[in-house]
Amino acid sequence: MVSRRGVIVALAVVALMAAPACARRSNPPLPLPPQPAPTVAPPPVTPTPPAPRAQPVEDLQPSAPLAEDSLGNKSLDEINRDSPLRPAFFPLDSADLDDSGRVVVSSNVEVLKKYPQWVVTIEGHCDERGTAEYNLALGERRAVAVKTYMVSLGIAPDRMRTVSYGKEFPFDQAHTEEAWSRNRRAHFVITAK
Amino acid sequence: MHTTRLRMRNTILVVVTAAVSLWPGPNAATMHAIGGQNQQPEIELVIGGDSGAPPRYAVPDFAAASPDAAEAARTISQVLWDDLGFEREFYLIPRDTYSSVPAARSPEQVPFAAWRELGADAVFFGTVERTGDTVRVQVRLLNVRTRQTVFAKEYTGTAANPRLYAHTIADEVHLQQRALRGVARTKLTFVSDRNRERLLGPVDNREVKEIYISDYDGANQRRITTTRQLNITPSWSPDARAVAYASYRNVTPQIFISLIYQGVLENATKGIGSNYMPVFSPDGTKIAFMSNRDGNPEVYVMNRDGSDVRRLTNHPAGDGSPTWSPTGTQIAFTSDRTGTGRPQIYLMNSADGSNLRRLTTSESYADRPTWSPAPFNEIAYSAGTGAWYDIKIHELATGMVRQVTFSEGSNEGPAYSPNGKHLAFTSTRAGGTQVFTIGRDGRGLKQVTRSGNNTMPAWSQ
Repeated sequence: MVSRRGVIVALAVVALMAAPACARRSNPPLPLPPQPAPTVAPPPVTPTPPAPRAQPVEDLQPSAPLAEDSLGNKSLDEINRDSPLRPAFFPLDSADLDDSGRVVVSSNVEVLKKYPQWVVTIEGHCDERGTAEYNLALGERRAVAVKTYMVSLGIAPDRMRTVSYGKEFPFDQAHTEEAWSRNRRAHFVITAK
Repeated sequence: MHTTRLRMRNTILVVVTAAVSLWPGPNAATMHAIGGQNQQPEIELVIGGDSGAPPRYAVPDFAAASPDAAEAARTISQVLWDDLGFEREFYLIPRDTYSSVPAARSPEQVPFAAWRELGADAVFFGTVERTGDTVRVQVRLLNVRTRQTVFAKEYTGTAANPRLYAHTIADEVHLQQRALRGVARTKLTFVSDRNRERLLGPVDNREVKEIYISDYDGANQRRITTTRQLNITPSWSPDARAVAYASYRNVTPQIFISLIYQGVLENATKGIGSNYMPVFSPDGTKIAFMSNRDGNPEVYVMNRDGSDVRRLTNHPAGDGSPTWSPTGTQIAFTSDRTGTGRPQIYLMNSADGSNLRRLTTSESYADRPTWSPAPFNEIAYSAGTGAWYDIKIHELATGMVRQVTFSEGSNEGPAYSPNGKHLAFTSTRAGGTQVFTIGRDGRGLKQVTRSGNNTMPAWSQ
């Protein structure tokens, strides 16, 4: 009989591997951990990934050279249209990066370290459920939270500007929980290279 | 309520000359009183109603002196009826009931008996004469009982915007009859995406939002920005000749002041940080705003030209959405210092941020405070009510809170009219987000915008 804790750990590892940060096409495949036979029904709720999350970010390193060559020749607009910097999403009523948000921002930091001349604008966005004015403050707080975390990972503050768009530019125009979760985000725009 | 009776001697014979600003251009019209034929030494100027009821006003079509003045005459009388009805100081007898009353071609022909039969206490007689591009409007307000003229004026000016003559008459009648500063000549400013233009730049699917202005009743809606960018949070200067707003035309939002009648644009924040939500102090010399220039959203005050920037708040949470008290000594603002996603309204001194205290204590969510003008002493705000928002008003003297809208759509962004009797706000009740006006008592709802989405209204002085 496999313990409940063992199932949770196994699921957590699988969840980490399935996270977008690890989904780069050129990543070397990670060795699968031994799969315990689920002799009991798995817990109904997917557990959140545990704290050690730096591992997949380091795995990104070998994949960089290919992208570097192609990115170097592109214009700013071309880079931003298919940006290597991915948006970080925020929980409802929160201006704090959660674990998955930190994973995304960390991967963006690695990109910025490869392109030290890049300057970025961090845009804070909100879903439509808050008021227009407060959302401007909340979006700003989200952008500031991302900038603060990136500074802690070694990006110079003068390479980043923060700006809030409140709820003015939803990524998804729908009025659903799913759309709202996609609209609570920090979006990265490269403004100089 | 308005029991004061004004007694004046031969007031109508006084000749008044004043410039009437005609939007949008600098055209001016002159007005002066018509010489009254009434020879009584004393005239009761204020028309009362029956036993304390609001006086009943009739506004028949003004007489057109020539066929090409007919349309202006109809417009003026209809808009005058609307303007007088808006303040709800008088009972306006519906215009479709006037058919039994013969039309008068001169003041002497006004059929007082027929108007009395219709229950009118007061009736207008007006003429509109057109010469080329100019019009001459003569108007009298007549007391149906005494048959006396209590108000008589003549206006001349451009024929391009006949509504302005009606607005001017309405404001002057409210002032004379009710000692009330009417709002008929005031304007609104708001944000609109009605052009459905897409933003230029690397990020797809973003819509241009421009700043618009309109008359208080939604007529004459005009765009005042043409940046093809995001422009938000407009507000009026106290002299109603400038609109300050945040524009993202240079990536980070900066506060611009558009002198709308001069075509002059000033950049007050000069590229420093991201800056939002400018609001002029009541004397027009300062602007309060939100900025991230020190690394976090805080409330600042600067001189109108951008000099002498002072930070008023200092908290790791977000502070924004400032509004000035009528005397300019205090600022109300929004802060989420008690919980992200649960903003509340606070007060502080505008000089240095001292005397900080929380205003809203019974709301789950309160934002966009707007301080009423005197004589009212209250702050309207957007309050979380269930999943969405409603307009509420906090009376400062008593701490009483009253609700103005009741969950018909989501309602937010209140802005007081300059006489404090009305609020502009946005609502989703009619499809999209539109600007509405409503009385501070929750009555008299009117839809102002209908095209695209329209948000963040502000009301001129």
